[in-house]
Amino acid sequence: MIEISGLRKTYRSRKRAVVAVDGVDLSVGEGEVYGVLGQSGAGKSTLLRCVNMLERPDEGTVTVDGRDLTKLRRGDLRIARQGIGMIHQHFALLSSRTVAGNVAFALEVTGTPRAERRTRVAELLELVGLGERADAYPAQLSGGQKQRVGIARALAARPKVLLSDEATSALDPETTESILRLLLDLNKRLGLTVLLITHEMTVVKRICTSAAVMRDGRFVESGTITDLLKRPGSELARDLFPLGLRDTGGTPETAAVGDGVAADKDGRSVAGDKDGRSVAGGGDGRSAASDRTGETIVDITVSGADADEPIIADLARQFGVDVRILGGSVETLATTRAGRWRLALPGTRDDNAAALDYLRKRGVTA
Amino acid sequence: MTWSEVFELLEVGLQETAWMVLVSTLLTLVGGLLVGVLLVLTDKGGLLPLRPLNAVLGLIVNVGRSLPFIILLVAVIPFTRAIVGTTIGTDAAIVPLTIGAIPFFARIVESALREVPADVVAAATAMGATRTQIVGKVLLRESLPGLVAGLTITVIALVGYSAMAGVVGGGGLGDLAIRYGYQRFETDMMIATVVALIVFVQLVQMVGDLLVRRLSHR
Ligand SMILES: Nc1ncnc2c1ncn2[C@@H]1O[C@H](COP(=O)(O)OP(=O)(O)OP(=O)(O)O)[C@@H](O)[C@H]1O
Ligand SMILES: [Mg+2]
Repeated sequence: MIEISGLRKTYRSRKRAVVAVDGVDLSVGEGEVYGVLGQSGAGKSTLLRCVNMLERPDEGTVTVDGRDLTKLRRGDLRIARQGIGMIHQHFALLSSRTVAGNVAFALEVTGTPRAERRTRVAELLELVGLGERADAYPAQLSGGQKQRVGIARALAARPKVLLSDEATSALDPETTESILRLLLDLNKRLGLTVLLITHEMTVVKRICTSAAVMRDGRFVESGTITDLLKRPGSELARDLFPLGLRDTGGTPETAAVGDGVAADKDGRSVAGDKDGRSVAGGGDGRSAASDRTGETIVDITVSGADADEPIIADLARQFGVDVRILGGSVETLATTRAGRWRLALPGTRDDNAAALDYLRKRGVTA
Repeated sequence: MTWSEVFELLEVGLQETAWMVLVSTLLTLVGGLLVGVLLVLTDKGGLLPLRPLNAVLGLIVNVGRSLPFIILLVAVIPFTRAIVGTTIGTDAAIVPLTIGAIPFFARIVESALREVPADVVAAATAMGATRTQIVGKVLLRESLPGLVAGLTITVIALVGYSAMAGVVGGGGLGDLAIRYGYQRFETDMMIATVVALIVFVQLVQMVGDLLVRRLSHR
């Protein structure tokens, strides 16, 4: 749905030039939710603004729904933009219009007749849960409510693509959660393709099917969440699953992962997680093992239905080993449910060959 | 001079002042909005960047702003005669008043429009709005309270200018104050015109403030 290749954007001032986006390739399939993470100044907003040509890229192409936007003339670009909704970090609402008026604006732009506008606005405000505040002005709303108006407005013209720049960064965790649930719901019901920017790992965990990490204008890591989990040394996987290690009893995380042997297991089909979301190929696992004095440290990553199984308890029971859990977490992701732990098994790697073998068989590799 | 004579003169003076201010305000509104909007649109990074036009407009406005009104009044006399056919009377005064107020109001319009946050304009652009829609429904509509406040200031400045126009035969309250109060030492007349001017300005300011409060939803 969104294809970006070789995108480059440089901001020039008299003194210096800032390369904000430095050769980004990106592909977001229809119905995907793609998250871009990165630190402040990494070029995330610039990238997003290049997708609907709010910023003209210096190089590269941006194709949305089969049209190369960099080559469109002004009039055609306007029409193309009407099919791309955008949520702005600072809401960007019209202060002189009511909530309903703000949503109606997007429909006035597309030339929707007045009567139809009214019903559509009511429908959208219902959708974002603001039906009662239709006549309020933005100044009378809370941040979360303003963001909902922004979402309703972005969806008014029935776009196929939604761009979101830090839609939840100004909000508290509960409001964030309700907005994420709304986005996820829209994505599922309308098949909306979403390209979102965030600096919150929670957002990626909750709704993204794919993600990328941006640094200094480049993607340093990208892929589907399931692929990222399988990738050894993936920073994103590590951040998605903080092992929560303290100084006590833990070897440096990077060492364990680096020393580790990683392999993929065949994807196992999973019917659905507890959210009732259907998952294509889950059950991927990854682990890393390393020897330490008298102990074998194992990192295991389990996703899909396995995450809910008592793997560690089974391990202890079957092999009679005193498994120590050094750290770990279980998370519900948008596409799957997954857990990641670091375990300490007594003895050397050879002593634990059978146990490691067992883990591998259970959908975890060591 | 009796009080009834004073009031009679005052009534005529007020009417003349009101007329001059009203007509020149309407003309200034149109001219100032046009120039102000163009200044914003044609600026670099604007919706219609046209550096030469922007530079020329900016220059004209600056020249207009830097001339003291009393000088402008005299300087445009040939132009006034060409348009109105005379250089005396309220209609003739309207020409320099308008020429003096347009640059003043244009700058106010420009700064009011610049107050509209860039991301609001970007949001409208991202929705696929035309430039006309952005100017009308975003820039002008969003800055309406600021524009009304600016217009109030302009009207009050015009009341002041119109008094000066009275000096060169424009009529109105200023004319009365000069002819009777200053030249003939009619203190009653002087006091009456001063009070009338104060009341007039107060009224304009009150109406302006009320409108701004009604329009503003920030
Ligand atoms: N209009 C501009 N003019 C000049 N430089 C700019 C402009 N916009 C962005 N930049 C620069 O480009 C770089 C990337 O900015 P961008 O806004 O894309 O970062 P970001 O990843 O969105 O950061 P944040 O998380 O803080 O929003 C920064 O170094 C910034 O200073
Ligand atoms: Mg940003």
